[in-house]
Amino acid sequence: MSERIFPARLDQLDSVLTFIDEELERNHCSPREKYQLDIAAEEIFVNIAHYAYHPEQPGEATVRFCIGGEPLQVTIQFLDNGQPFNPLEKKDADTTLTAEERNIGGLGILMVKKSMDAVDYQYADGKNILTMKKNLSNP
Amino acid sequence: MTITKQREGTKLTLALEGRLDTITSPELADVLDAELNGVTELLIDMERLVYLSSAGLRVILTAQKRMNRQGKMTVAHVCADIMEVFEITGFVDILDIQN
Repeated sequence: MSERIFPARLDQLDSVLTFIDEELERNHCSPREKYQLDIAAEEIFVNIAHYAYHPEQPGEATVRFCIGGEPLQVTIQFLDNGQPFNPLEKKDADTTLTAEERNIGGLGILMVKKSMDAVDYQYADGKNILTMKKNLSNP
Repeated sequence: MTITKQREGTKLTLALEGRLDTITSPELADVLDAELNGVTELLIDMERLVYLSSAGLRVILTAQKRMNRQGKMTVAHVCADIMEVFEITGFVDILDIQN
């Protein structure tokens, strides 16, 4: 397992994705799966920066990366000490509406749910813990 | 992200290069706000765009809604990964995508 702590600010997004991408590349993850994991990680990290912490009292986010098992599975976990916030409770975007009927919310979480094999949220020991898992194809 | 603008009469082409994400999507929103007056044809060329997240989708949706009122919008040269994002989110049904 690798773990890194980042200030939970939007300007850290590139650093978070670089950390995850380096781990994925070391494990020969396909470009398509890397893209899906990046999209999901961006969504979760941005949610922490926006909602778990107040902009005037920013905190930290811990990102844990694990890979292993058969079939090969990536687990990425985000932990923060902000206020309880479960992004999975957000209503999914309705993908059948016309452009005019649509509003701009819920698209990111919808992509997380559809592109990961499992997503779980817990609040424990004063921490938001968001875990996402994705099975990788054979490299 | 780099945005290259080309205006011919009432047609505007925006060629996007790089990543359209939470950090860069406000740049595209600003360009659209500044440039769309009087535009009846908007082409967003994604040939060199390698990444588009939900923040990018929100800007694209806002542009589509505006162009529905004042003309038409086309999205071109979408790579397979970004196409998958459009498919998952149902954007394939609301965008005119020409690959």
